[in-house]
Amino acid sequence: MEQLLNDFSPGLFVMQTLIMLVLIFIMAKYAWKPIMNSVEKREEGIKDALEAAEAAKKEMQNVTADSEKLLREAKVERDALLKEAREIKESIIAEAKEQAQVEGDKVIKQAQATIEAEKKAAVADIKSQVANLSVEIAEKVIKEELSNKDKQLKLVDDMLGDIKLN
Amino acid sequence: MTVPNLVGAGLIVIGAGIGLGKIGGSAMEGIARQPEATGKIQTAMIIIAALLEGLAFGALFLGK
Amino acid sequence: MRVFKRSIDLAATLFILLFSIGVSANSSSDEKEEGPVNTQEEVEGYILHHIKDSHDFHIFSYTNSEGERKHIGFPLPVIVWSSEGLVTFMSSRFHHDDSGHQVVEAGGTRFVKLHSKIYELNSGADEISFDEGHHPVNAHKVLDFSITKSVFGMLLIGILMFVWFGGLARQYKSKQIPTGFGRILEPLVIYVRDEIAEPNIGKKYRQFTGYLLTVFFFIWILNLLGLTPFGFNVTGQIAVTAALAIFTLVIYTFKGNKDYWQHMLWMPGVPVLIRPVLAIIELAGAFLIKPFSLLVRLFANISAGHIVVMSLIAILITMKSELTVFGSGLLSFVLSLFITLIELLVAFLQAYIFTMLSALFIGMAVAEHDHGHDHDEEVDAEDVRADFI
Repeated sequence: MEQLLNDFSPGLFVMQTLIMLVLIFIMAKYAWKPIMNSVEKREEGIKDALEAAEAAKKEMQNVTADSEKLLREAKVERDALLKEAREIKESIIAEAKEQAQVEGDKVIKQAQATIEAEKKAAVADIKSQVANLSVEIAEKVIKEELSNKDKQLKLVDDMLGDIKLN
Repeated sequence: MTVPNLVGAGLIVIGAGIGLGKIGGSAMEGIARQPEATGKIQTAMIIIAALLEGLAFGALFLGK
Repeated sequence: MRVFKRSIDLAATLFILLFSIGVSANSSSDEKEEGPVNTQEEVEGYILHHIKDSHDFHIFSYTNSEGERKHIGFPLPVIVWSSEGLVTFMSSRFHHDDSGHQVVEAGGTRFVKLHSKIYELNSGADEISFDEGHHPVNAHKVLDFSITKSVFGMLLIGILMFVWFGGLARQYKSKQIPTGFGRILEPLVIYVRDEIAEPNIGKKYRQFTGYLLTVFFFIWILNLLGLTPFGFNVTGQIAVTAALAIFTLVIYTFKGNKDYWQHMLWMPGVPVLIRPVLAIIELAGAFLIKPFSLLVRLFANISAGHIVVMSLIAILITMKSELTVFGSGLLSFVLSLFITLIELLVAFLQAYIFTMLSALFIGMAVAEHDHGHDHDEEVDAEDVRADFI
């Protein structure tokens, strides 16, 4: 203790106190304060930037989710549209087929009716022609008979030979 | 330095040595048990060792 | 890098300037000085001399071919408050005498230097005389405000710190991230803030960072300076560490809040009769034990480090006869290298501990106590700890 007190130099103590006071004051004003402020500002900036990045990431995720949802919805809609279109197509084809069937049937029926009518007309015509021919033949036969019996017979034979029923 | 002074200094050093050994040993055990708390344990260890050191030095200088 | 280079340039210029003065001033040195250090006793004397502050910046000595002792270094100004008022003269006037024989007349009175202390001779005395205990009888100590080696070192470090950290602060004006040497300094500043100031003081740490940072770097750089061969022993001067400890004492005394004083003087939850006793213990802890432990720890660690390193270097001399020059040289080199490495760690550790404990004491004084907790629990862990500091 004695030696400690002996080694203690009051002058050095005073000098140290003065130097330390001045140093603390100068360093605080010209070094620590600006350094602390800048470091804190930078840390604040980094924190903000990180938060902003986090927010952006979240936003991005939201956007991606949204677009995915949109895409899914669009797909569903497209599928629905396609399905509808196919159905419409099928129904149109079916309808067209049916109509064609009906039309065809109608045409065929008409044709059949026409053919029937023509046939009837032809048969009627033949009938009238046969009747006429018969009448003419009968007339001629009658005329021939009036002149020559043989001739009349021959005529009938010829006539009959000529006439072919078509 | 007189003989009693030297004996006293030796006693102080023995005491401080035991204390420091206990601090260090416990800190090592703590670190081994919880390596993730190494930093905190070291800080606490250094503080306590410093306090002990202060005590020991104080006693040494009182006797000098 | 630029700041670093500039500071080195500055230091070098300063050094060369002072050196040239020193060499010219020293050419007149006389031969009254003792010769080279050879024996064990001389080594001890040399080490004890080195541990003390000195009034001149002495780098090394040699004996030239004429047998004349030459000293390389430069003198520093002596400023003393004597019976005749403030007196200044250069320390070269003592001619490296440390035994009180060289009397210097200045400012109308006479001075001698004895064991690195300036004494003023009583009026009428021409020469110093000692009693049987080698205490001077006709001279008294004076208040010595000299720019001693320690003060010189502190000024040097102060300028260095200002250049480095001022440069770092200026860097922030133009860019966000420092370059060059600032890149080394910035993490250190942040380390002190995040590892020392904030955890120990709490939310109000900002107003104390100025003191804590200054003290941390001041002690650390001075400790490192003490490991250089220039032989500074600034943080090993008890006056220096006492001043630092008293700074801490003043801060935590004046910044202490109501809770702090209440817990110290009239602690709640303790029987009334015991309170005065505890108050005395608390007061002694706060005003004597805490600062004393702070100042003695730093002083003793650094001084002990210097003594150990120098003793190990002295093995070169003291064991020369047993081990030959080569053997003792190798032994001393290996041991002192090893201890110097440990001293590098101690230099940091002591700065860290001083700052840490200062922060801890300040933190205790400014802590907002949680009044929710009941004071009936025996004693705060903090108070127990405080008693032991």
